[in-house]
Amino acid sequence: MLFKPISQNFSDFVIDRENDRCINCEVCVRQCSYEAHYWDDARQCVSHDHTKCVGCHRCEAFCPTGCLTIKKNPADFRDNALWTPTYMKHVYKQGDTGGILLSGMGSPANKPIYWDNLQLDASQVTNPSIDPLREPMELTTYLGSKPDQVSFEETPEGPKLTTKIGPQLKLNYPLMFSAMSFGSINLNLHKAMAMAATELGIAYNTGEGGLHPDLYKYGNNTIVQVASGRFGVHKDYLNAGSAVEIKIGQGAKPGIGGHLPGEKIDEEVSKTRMCPVGSDAISPAPHHDIYSIEDLLQLIYAIKESTEYKVPVSVKIAAVHNAPAIASGIVRAGADIVVIDGFRGGTGAAPTMIRDNVGIPMELALASVDNRLRDEGIRNHASLVVAGGVRCSADAIKAIALGADAVYIGTAALVSVGCTLCGRCYTGKCPWGIATNEARLKKRQNPEVAAKRLANLVRAWGHEIQEMLGGMGLNSIESLRGNRDKLRGLGLNETELDILGVKHAGR
Amino acid sequence: MSYVIIGNGVASVGAIEGIRKVDTKTPILVVSEEDTPTYGRPLISYFLAGKIGLDRVSLRPDEFYEKNNVEVKLNTRVAAIDKAAKTITTEADEVIEYKELLLATGGVPFMPPIKGIDGSGVYNFTTLAHAHELLDLSKRIHRVVVVGGGLIGLKAAEALRYNGLSTAIVELGSRVLSAAFDDVAGNLVAQRLEEKGITICCGTTVEEILRTEQGEVIGVRLANGQKLACEAVVVAIGVVPSLNLAKDAGIAVNRGIKVDDNMCTSAEGVYAAGDVAEAPDMIAEEARVTPIWPNAFSQGYHAGLNMASEEASPHPGGLPMNAISFYGLPTASLGHVNPNEDEDCEVFTELDEENGTYRKLIFRNEKLIGYVLVGEVDFAGLYTGFIRFGLDLTPDVKEELIAGQPSALLWPEEEFDTKWTPAAE
Amino acid sequence: MRRVYPNKDVCIGCHICEVACLTAHSASQDVVIAAKEEVASGLQPCKAVYDKGQISVALSCRHCDNPSCVSACISGALYKDQETGRTCYNEEQCVGCWSCLMACPYGAVRRNVTKGKIIKCDLCEGRDIPACVEACPNNALVYESR
Repeated sequence: MLFKPISQNFSDFVIDRENDRCINCEVCVRQCSYEAHYWDDARQCVSHDHTKCVGCHRCEAFCPTGCLTIKKNPADFRDNALWTPTYMKHVYKQGDTGGILLSGMGSPANKPIYWDNLQLDASQVTNPSIDPLREPMELTTYLGSKPDQVSFEETPEGPKLTTKIGPQLKLNYPLMFSAMSFGSINLNLHKAMAMAATELGIAYNTGEGGLHPDLYKYGNNTIVQVASGRFGVHKDYLNAGSAVEIKIGQGAKPGIGGHLPGEKIDEEVSKTRMCPVGSDAISPAPHHDIYSIEDLLQLIYAIKESTEYKVPVSVKIAAVHNAPAIASGIVRAGADIVVIDGFRGGTGAAPTMIRDNVGIPMELALASVDNRLRDEGIRNHASLVVAGGVRCSADAIKAIALGADAVYIGTAALVSVGCTLCGRCYTGKCPWGIATNEARLKKRQNPEVAAKRLANLVRAWGHEIQEMLGGMGLNSIESLRGNRDKLRGLGLNETELDILGVKHAGR
Repeated sequence: MSYVIIGNGVASVGAIEGIRKVDTKTPILVVSEEDTPTYGRPLISYFLAGKIGLDRVSLRPDEFYEKNNVEVKLNTRVAAIDKAAKTITTEADEVIEYKELLLATGGVPFMPPIKGIDGSGVYNFTTLAHAHELLDLSKRIHRVVVVGGGLIGLKAAEALRYNGLSTAIVELGSRVLSAAFDDVAGNLVAQRLEEKGITICCGTTVEEILRTEQGEVIGVRLANGQKLACEAVVVAIGVVPSLNLAKDAGIAVNRGIKVDDNMCTSAEGVYAAGDVAEAPDMIAEEARVTPIWPNAFSQGYHAGLNMASEEASPHPGGLPMNAISFYGLPTASLGHVNPNEDEDCEVFTELDEENGTYRKLIFRNEKLIGYVLVGEVDFAGLYTGFIRFGLDLTPDVKEELIAGQPSALLWPEEEFDTKWTPAAE
Repeated sequence: MRRVYPNKDVCIGCHICEVACLTAHSASQDVVIAAKEEVASGLQPCKAVYDKGQISVALSCRHCDNPSCVSACISGALYKDQETGRTCYNEEQCVGCWSCLMACPYGAVRRNVTKGKIIKCDLCEGRDIPACVEACPNNALVYESR
């Protein structure tokens, strides 16, 4: 194409417009925030520029005549097992810009997905399966530290618990909406998550962008996050939620901080984050006050003090090589919940190299953290929550069987409101109105519509989880936690089976 | 006892619909001196021009009166009103009691004192009967002079021209349409009419209607000395309110029958609406007779509501407005369009002679108070909103209006939320 | 009565309502034929999307209780249906005088230049839910009684 660097002309997608059906209504023109579609004055019709297409499929979804199809560019480079087009395009881009490659959403790299190699069990004849439509099926989950033992006293009304139980976060489903900061996604979606979480009786996580004043009323279903940038953190904020989460690391970009570009910081974001409009909001890689487990303990107790020990405190780390040891330290530092975020976790922006090459799969980290905490006899001191790459209720239930108490869903939640994983969240021009604060674009998420979709998703998964539990002859999610006997590996090697703590299918 | 409405024009129809909104039972009696059920009076020019047939002139479906429990006495003149006894007396000496009375008697064509005006060959153009007469006439004659370059005069001239007559308009003012529109708009319209073969003589008046010894019209002599040959003259200078009935009954009148916001006259239980009424104005301070169609309907409607209900429902006030097309050239004018210099108004105009379009906006105290549009009238209603609701204009909004880009999104947000999309109460 | 209420806070300015309106009022009931062929012979939507900066809103006739357009109509083409509460329009009767277009302070009456008549929303006669409401992808148009 004319006036473009050669590299940009190796576009990823082509726009296929069926001209017989195109009515020049310009719906695509208005929907495409990357200006791939435009009104061609010279030809007096709608036209397009393939090179600008990011493959978000917004136009395809909105075209009233269905005349648009977005296809992968069939122009192939010469086959090369080593130098795939992805790597070549990376190099072209860096040749043009000299900059770090950025990506949005979780890693698309072709690396093992252990969910797909795990099969669930079902009851046959003995221990008969349970029909969740006829029998009670408990999904309620409490997150927080559980006592080592409980004691009762006899009273005329019956036995009474005398052990004091620490603060718990009650969830009607073992599912929560992941930390996605206000700023990285917009207020409409935050509101939608808050509304959906409230309706469902679960929780959503604010991410590190603070909590907008309009959303304080959803506090009972809100986990407020404290991260290295400490954006939007103040006493009222800490006390607004039903749990506080200290974010140490994020699965998509372990070891580095966050960077919300100034373009995404409008008036509202600025007020909530307590940082200037238009200036980049940088979350440092480490917390500058945490260089040891002892330092972490200080922060955990500082938060517990300021929230008067009323809410559980959670610590989230990325799934990295030494996750089990780190998790053990976190529990010993007093955390009530430990969150392990796997390397497939989503992000608004991460350096591509880090996203695709740092960290380990959540399945393996989860199994080994659960093992470690059990071995040390401290598993009950904290709940274990996992995040990063849960695509369906089966993934979630497998995570629970591997030892998780609950699962965070982020990407799945976004997909339910339209995200097509085009991965350009960092541009701030999300055509689906998700990862953008542009007034024109963020309106594309009507909070009421989005809340309904989010609630539908969780309810649907809930039904499926109940069906699968019933199939296994279980009537409570509690009975499945860490019950790895309900899992079998498929096509996994000895080491993998060992780490996961499951037998191979057939055994 | 019934509601009684004297007159069968659009104010009368408005009143019937207003009454029936509140009171679906009490009978209504309409007394009219005309011989046809209500018709769209402005349609007479369409009928005369042959654009529509008689089947399309009625304003409401045939079953309208029956469905609304209305008795209609056509060809009936009312001779007197006795406001104390609450009765009316027809010329046939029938005495009818009324519960509430509406005077919707409209106006009668104004006939100036021109030499030779009395006698045959001189016509008016305000009723369907007039249209029938002129239609007959147009088959017999070749030339006609229309006296008056206002809306009725121009529409009459256009319609007669459609019938193949050689047509001339004589207007006292310097331009046609100068009252309801302005000179520029008048010029554009005049151009269009002249292109279609209508002769326009402005700034002069008919001094004499020339007749043969037998009394047949043969032409007119103008004040400027010019003579125009013709076989008929249509006098369309305007209408004057038919006040006699009210005046005789001792009801307060000025230029029209004086009414308040609720369309009540000075007599209890007697209302007036339409061309006969002198009512408070939306923009001007003093009460006015605003003899235009929409005003007549809405005054009638509010009179009807007030006749039938205890609760007052005041009329928002007269708002002059005229929309009319001449040979396909659409025009619209609304509100206060010809302010005097001392009125402290800001006037913005844009004339595109090539495309024959014209836009004039009149602002006062940072509000829009009037407009004239010629050629492009599509945004007329959006301008109307600013005037009707007296919306405050910020400099930006004013700019947009001036640029010809009115939009409901330029309304102050609160007005939009409360007026455009009122929330559930 | 149920009316179409726009919500400008979530209107995304896609103009799909206009396309839906056009199709619903077409003879073919086919979006492509409606837009490509019937528009040429005068088919027009009664819906209009207004955009101003980041704000958009889709507007059409409000079916007012006491409508200015009916007051202004000289031909009886516009009338209030007492039973349904709708502001109805009989195209046959319209003479194209544009009085209603001028009188409606909401700018909801539009001109069909090809036909020399007005067009306005009829709440999609024959449909349960007006086409614009059904097509709106973001619930920015709702059909309800308030």
